[in-house]
Amino acid sequence: MAIDTSVSEFEYPGEEDVGTPAKPPPVWRRSAWLQPNVLWAIAGGVIGYLIGHWLGNVIASGYQQVQSSGQNNVAIVLGLSLGVAGWLAGIGALTYPLAKILGYEPSPSPPQQSWVRYFRMTEDHKVVGWQYAIGVLTFLFTGGLLAMLIRTELLSPTTHVFGPGTYIFLVSEHGTVMMMMATSAVVGPLGNWLVPLMIGSRRMAYPRVESFSFWIFMAGYLVILSAFFFGGFPTGWTGYAPLQTQANGGMDSYLVGFGVIGLGMILAGFNLAATIINYRAPGMNWGRVPIFVWGILATTALLTLATPTLVVAGLFGILDRTAETAFYVNEHGGSNFLWQNLFWFFGHPEVYIMALPGFGIVMEIMPVFTRKPLFAYKVAAAGMLGVALLSFFVWQHHLFQSGINPDMRPLFMLTTELISIPTGFLFLVTLGTLWKAKIRFDTPMLFCLGMLFNFLIGGVTGVFLSDVPVNVTVHGSFFVMAHFHYTIMGGLIFAMFAGFYFWFPKITGKTLNRKLSKWHFWTFFVFFNCTFFPLFLVGILGMPRRVFEYASNLQTLNDISSISAYFLGASFFFFIINVVWSIYLNPHPAPDNPWNSLGLEWQTPTPVPWYDFEHIPVVLNDPYHYGEADAPPVADLGKVLSAVGAPAGSVSHEDLGTGVEGDGDPRPPIL
Amino acid sequence: MSDKDPPVGSEQVPAGTGAPGAADPGAPAADQTHHWWRLIAIWVVLSAILDPLFYYLAGPHIPPGTMTNMAQGAQFDFNVLFVIALPVVLGVWIYLIYAIVMWRASRGGPEPVAGPYSRGHLGIQVGWIVSTTVIVLFLAGFGTYELVQPGGSGGGEGSSPIWTPTSQTILPVQVIGQQWKWTYRYPTFGGFETDQLVLPNDTTVEFNVTSLDVVHSFWAYQLGVKADANPNYNNVAYATTQQLGSFTVRCDELCGIWHGAMYNTGQVVTRQQFSAWARLTAFRLRKNTRLLPPYALTYTPDANGADGGYYPNNADPYSKVEQYGATPSQGGG
Repeated sequence: MAIDTSVSEFEYPGEEDVGTPAKPPPVWRRSAWLQPNVLWAIAGGVIGYLIGHWLGNVIASGYQQVQSSGQNNVAIVLGLSLGVAGWLAGIGALTYPLAKILGYEPSPSPPQQSWVRYFRMTEDHKVVGWQYAIGVLTFLFTGGLLAMLIRTELLSPTTHVFGPGTYIFLVSEHGTVMMMMATSAVVGPLGNWLVPLMIGSRRMAYPRVESFSFWIFMAGYLVILSAFFFGGFPTGWTGYAPLQTQANGGMDSYLVGFGVIGLGMILAGFNLAATIINYRAPGMNWGRVPIFVWGILATTALLTLATPTLVVAGLFGILDRTAETAFYVNEHGGSNFLWQNLFWFFGHPEVYIMALPGFGIVMEIMPVFTRKPLFAYKVAAAGMLGVALLSFFVWQHHLFQSGINPDMRPLFMLTTELISIPTGFLFLVTLGTLWKAKIRFDTPMLFCLGMLFNFLIGGVTGVFLSDVPVNVTVHGSFFVMAHFHYTIMGGLIFAMFAGFYFWFPKITGKTLNRKLSKWHFWTFFVFFNCTFFPLFLVGILGMPRRVFEYASNLQTLNDISSISAYFLGASFFFFIINVVWSIYLNPHPAPDNPWNSLGLEWQTPTPVPWYDFEHIPVVLNDPYHYGEADAPPVADLGKVLSAVGAPAGSVSHEDLGTGVEGDGDPRPPIL
Repeated sequence: MSDKDPPVGSEQVPAGTGAPGAADPGAPAADQTHHWWRLIAIWVVLSAILDPLFYYLAGPHIPPGTMTNMAQGAQFDFNVLFVIALPVVLGVWIYLIYAIVMWRASRGGPEPVAGPYSRGHLGIQVGWIVSTTVIVLFLAGFGTYELVQPGGSGGGEGSSPIWTPTSQTILPVQVIGQQWKWTYRYPTFGGFETDQLVLPNDTTVEFNVTSLDVVHSFWAYQLGVKADANPNYNNVAYATTQQLGSFTVRCDELCGIWHGAMYNTGQVVTRQQFSAWARLTAFRLRKNTRLLPPYALTYTPDANGADGGYYPNNADPYSKVEQYGATPSQGGG
């Protein structure tokens, strides 16, 4: 045994092999209101902002404030930064590190079980996962409402609902909230909730960092939204440089927000990577790791390696705007190309930060509903790692017409085309899994098939964009806009909902209403395609992105898209009603394993106890032995021994080892 | 596994189905349907019908048209990519529909295969990887040829382009973007600056695109030309006109609040009309031309440009009196 996860130097509650959950020792506690919670965080954020704003006005009054926008960028940046620090202090994120620094040994306490735990720092990965889920849905609905406003403006080519400034701000805020918040955080809910359960661990590697990454994400959300109070920003989510330097106070929210969110992404990535690498249960070798975990592992490489570039780029932007440096100012020795390079060096891997968890979810769910093993498991894992690797070498395809490194265009055309090979493995694996299957069309499966349909369109149109001569026409038009909505919304968001419907019974212990689920899928799928397919045509017919006026002959197509978009937005009511109905109004307890899945996470009782596993499981097989007459159990959960009369724990699980079940793997249980 | 890779799929099929029974050893004898051959037949028929239909009926009308050689090149590339992509998409869709219809649990369906091939099939995996690689390498090679051969394919080629057209006579036109309008200078006609873009037919035009403030993108839609306008940077794009008519110019890079209103219309006219227009305009604007900075590939933004400054919240780009951009420095100078 190289690593025994059941014993650890650090006594984390639940770390020891408890037969029955030990009752928490009676300790004196402060009232929940007085402990750090989200209310204190809000108070801390407000106080921090006011202090920072005052400080900024003291040190820089009359310096930036004289600019015609009338806003003091130094005050805004300092206010937002100290506001985030105050938020983190209020939520209690600084308590533990400060106590350690000052020499106190904080006493660990078992996780709270009341509803209060959802509004606090917590060390239970399932609570953090659920917090992330609510967070991501909040971001998604915020961005979705902004999208409705954008489509409203585009109903008519000339009549305007919003002024041009408001319109550009809505577009920018929609893009920023969707790209940076809703979809970057998507590794959060399922990643934090599922990864420990899937690899047979009771915890994440760094539980405090896990909770920290969620709460700093929420701070980032508020910072991005604070742009509303500073007059918005006109740059879109890409924030191209001279315009960024020129823009008014909302731009500070964007730059500080990117730094804050970037920090959360880096920490979440390190935490997930450390967990996957070090906290796998005995027997969970790399050949048995569920494919979803492979997807998350590939994503963590991007989160940890690409995101720092964004944080640094944002810092340069802040310095340009406050300290009058010239990183992005051409006349003073900087370059507007620098921002474009740094931004897209992060921005393209970012696209796969969204796509890879989606691939993982779809490939994880498919075998359950086809009752077949996953086809070409190794190709699937290699494909996702290959996508992660190649995604660092394609960023300049966003800049084909910009005049930056024009001689490199053939190279970036080649790398961009090449990335479609590992991406195509998704189809090899899923279509192979469908071959002569026994398909059950439950809602998660419908979402998976919908994802394949949409993502194929998104992927194939990507090939058009990568071809430089065609790119001359479609770059920066609604064609590219439709393309990435097909890959991100049609791909990732569909996969996310597939995962949500699939794991909902395990997460909440309740069964969702079948009819409402299917209504949600069909309305979502149909109106998604009706909304975005016309935009491909609008794009090649010559409509640039982010404009509020367009040629009048494009009105019909735009109106089809806008009206479908309203129905698309309305389809989410099925989802919301369904969740509220199934959890609160008409709850039906879910069985432990409603889909009859072999996955390790389904072998736990529902609802999952806070210590996850009664005994650390010994993994015996990969979870894809579907369709076999006597499918071997995926793991020994300690119950087998109890069943034959041996007291639990009296025989080391190591005795079982691997190879016992005859899977022909002579290697030791842990690689 | 089936025809997921149509263009070379037919070559791969024998590898997978050389022994039809081998692919599904555990399957009952009743399920010896030739799924492979059915799928391939449907796919070949549909592709053979739809591909030529697209190429010959829709192909000639695909934007950006044939107004310049660059536009025509982009149209040709689009059509070639479409003809390759359509069978790929059809292959996956046909397979998905076939699977949904044939292998649904409610029909009873065959028992799922549990043999070794359900976990992977070397021939199919290798065939898939090889065929996608071949397609992808072909597309990259084709795209590179189409980029290099006509001289940059109409895209922005930076300040020192290495792929240039072979034509001997090239008309240089400078495109200047600023918040929020396009103006054009004709250096070979005295360097006058106008907001009308008029080009002669049958002529290779060299667009020198630059900006006075933020990043814009010069998109002459029907000409198949797109080049970012960067401040202090000359971005060159080429196109050879081959049809008379008017075309739209739009800004294609978000450049501030009036980005959506930054467009105008240009004309391709005969050579005689062009030289008449150019001489007349040069004469009409001669006083303005004397006040302009001398023709250069880039211009340093002045205080009235918006670069580095802040525009007022109520800036009106069409105002005759308001100066937008950085506030003039207040004394001390």
